Amino acid sequence: MLQATKEMESGVTNGDGSGAAEEQDDAPGDVDVIGGLAREELHSLLGEMLLYRRFEEKAEEAYAIGKIGGFCHLHIGQEGLAAGAIRPLRADDLVITAYRDHTMAIAKGITPRAAMAELYGRVDGCSGGRGGSMHLFDPTVGFMGGHGIVGGQIPIGTGLGWAIRYRGDDQVCVCFMGDAAVNQGAFLESLNMAAIWHLPVIYVVENNEYGMGTAFSRVSATEMEARSGAYGIPAHTVNGQDVLETYRFFADMAERVRGGAGPQFVNAETYRFRGHSMSDPVSGTYRSKEEVESHVQEQDPITILRDRLMEADLLTQAELEAMDAEVRAVCEDAAEFADASPVPDPATLYDNVYAEVNAHGRLFLDGRGPGPAAGGPGGATHG
Amino acid sequence: MAEMTYRDALNAAMCQEMDRDDSVFLMGEEVAEYDGAYKVSRGMLARYGDRRVVDSPISELGFAGLCVGAATTGLRPICEFMTFNFSFLALDQVINNAAKMFYMSNGRISVPIVFRGPTGAALQLAAQHSQACETYYVHAPGVKVVTPGTPADAKGLLAAAIRDDDPVAVMEGELLYNVRGEVPDGEYVIPLGVADLKRSGGDVSIITHGKMVHVALQAATMLARDGIEADVLDLRSIRPLDVDAILETVARTNRVVYLEEGWPFAGVGAQIVALIQEEAFDDLDAPVMRVTQADVPMPYAKTLEQLAKPGARNVVDACRRVLYQPAGSS
Repeated sequence: MLQATKEMESGVTNGDGSGAAEEQDDAPGDVDVIGGLAREELHSLLGEMLLYRRFEEKAEEAYAIGKIGGFCHLHIGQEGLAAGAIRPLRADDLVITAYRDHTMAIAKGITPRAAMAELYGRVDGCSGGRGGSMHLFDPTVGFMGGHGIVGGQIPIGTGLGWAIRYRGDDQVCVCFMGDAAVNQGAFLESLNMAAIWHLPVIYVVENNEYGMGTAFSRVSATEMEARSGAYGIPAHTVNGQDVLETYRFFADMAERVRGGAGPQFVNAETYRFRGHSMSDPVSGTYRSKEEVESHVQEQDPITILRDRLMEADLLTQAELEAMDAEVRAVCEDAAEFADASPVPDPATLYDNVYAEVNAHGRLFLDGRGPGPAAGGPGGATHG
Repeated sequence: MAEMTYRDALNAAMCQEMDRDDSVFLMGEEVAEYDGAYKVSRGMLARYGDRRVVDSPISELGFAGLCVGAATTGLRPICEFMTFNFSFLALDQVINNAAKMFYMSNGRISVPIVFRGPTGAALQLAAQHSQACETYYVHAPGVKVVTPGTPADAKGLLAAAIRDDDPVAVMEGELLYNVRGEVPDGEYVIPLGVADLKRSGGDVSIITHGKMVHVALQAATMLARDGIEADVLDLRSIRPLDVDAILETVARTNRVVYLEEGWPFAGVGAQIVALIQEEAFDDLDAPVMRVTQADVPMPYAKTLEQLAKPGARNVVDACRRVLYQPAGSS
């Protein structure tokens, strides 16, 4: 039996069933597709979101016992975007995001093992233990990070789009950011350039209403939807808690941008169920307990999809439990894998600072880094 | 060999590399239709078209970041800053992204980008347009910095920088663009990390980089009138640093003056002094002296500007101090 403690957030138990009656009109029990998605695809989306949820819960658990250090920002509550915006993309499309990146990375193809090992700071992590929670990378699956400075990834995402256009390729780049990032100059400069050069970039704001502890509305002169208008970039709003709406939107939008529609701006409304990072309480000075609880109860993307599938007789409780058991096992395995992975070899400290260590001259001046031999009493420059 | 200006040598290097590699492109303010704010990219728009020679909006943070992003896919952008003074707007992209992404991704994403443009003072441009920016760049592991002082070095070092797989800042001198010199014909590449002994003396070493090479040579000429022969070692590349060449000249003269255009506090010279005392302490017959810009923002008034800039006279005086000689007539 599933644990009751995670009931509201897990979406796995059937709650009180209160949502069942409301959506009967658009969810007749005899169809096997919803919104053009077959049963198998619907199950896949639900399974993905469940995987992300369990992964983040596992990370939370590991953080609490000191297996994960530093800053750690969980995506719990926002899984609808990882699944809905990234799963419709092609394998060679590019995704870049900020530091709330775990589930985004997994959605794009980084394995839960490689992601968890990176959170643990181990050699089998997707960044070899160099990046940590905020800096997951794997260009072979089109995941370009994992960036820690608010808004800093937006010009880079713009450059990814520029490179696609330069080469005449037909990929698209999806550049995620938090709502606070749109008040950075980097956002404005990027949108302007994307517009003048007609770049294949979809800028997606994960609008969870708060930049850390500051409500967007308190520090923003205009609404989110108005932010791209000055550059002539179309703005769209999607309900990020409705993964089917999100999935359909991005499936369509990716093809439109691929076909030459130019840059797009998407305000994806969502909500963060946890604190900003591990040190931030779920509720407190900037948002009330009641506000968070109402979102958790009514706006959980997993619960919303689960209920729709059950109402449409496309999902049984047994199937759900099997699905959940499977993703729990994946996350358990990821944590065990991470824990068993070696810590980085001290001899690799200076590896990958530079791609090319030139034949001449010294790159490291700390007196202990690797480099050509040098004499003198303080010249211990050999690592 | 052909005689050409420093400006044309830079142009020749970019064309040399753009001819051989389609992944190289030039982006910056005024680089295309205007031919470059300092005419370094003259004729390149006509030669390569607007796909590869691209006028950017005045958005240093934006276009520098765009170039970094393009580089992460394997393109080789030449990101021109009209001057490095303006690059402070883009430093997040340089320091946090270009410099660190290869390390943070454990070598999975390299950033083969060149940031280039003039650094340092010109004439009466006042505080915000007259500062040496090397220190800001060379401070960050992950970035390489080269400072060509002659037309030949400009061609060879810029070509090497474009071919390098790391972010390289090529810091030019605004007052050097019209300087003429012999430049090797055809493909010419100077490896990064190789200093150049621009003058061989033996009595005292003046070590320097960039535009200050010319001030050092002028000081050496003045000293020679009094029978003092100076080595002038041009680092050319600050990171990687040709430590062997530094130690060699120190061992020969036992007396060192470091000359740089920037401020002294944590400047390039501070690093060189630390290195020399760590690795060549026993070779020294005198403390190493530094000649830098006065530790003030650059003033506008001509008289004050002259005072603030490090000049040949300052270098001569410093050389005499490390030689324990009274200030002479030179």
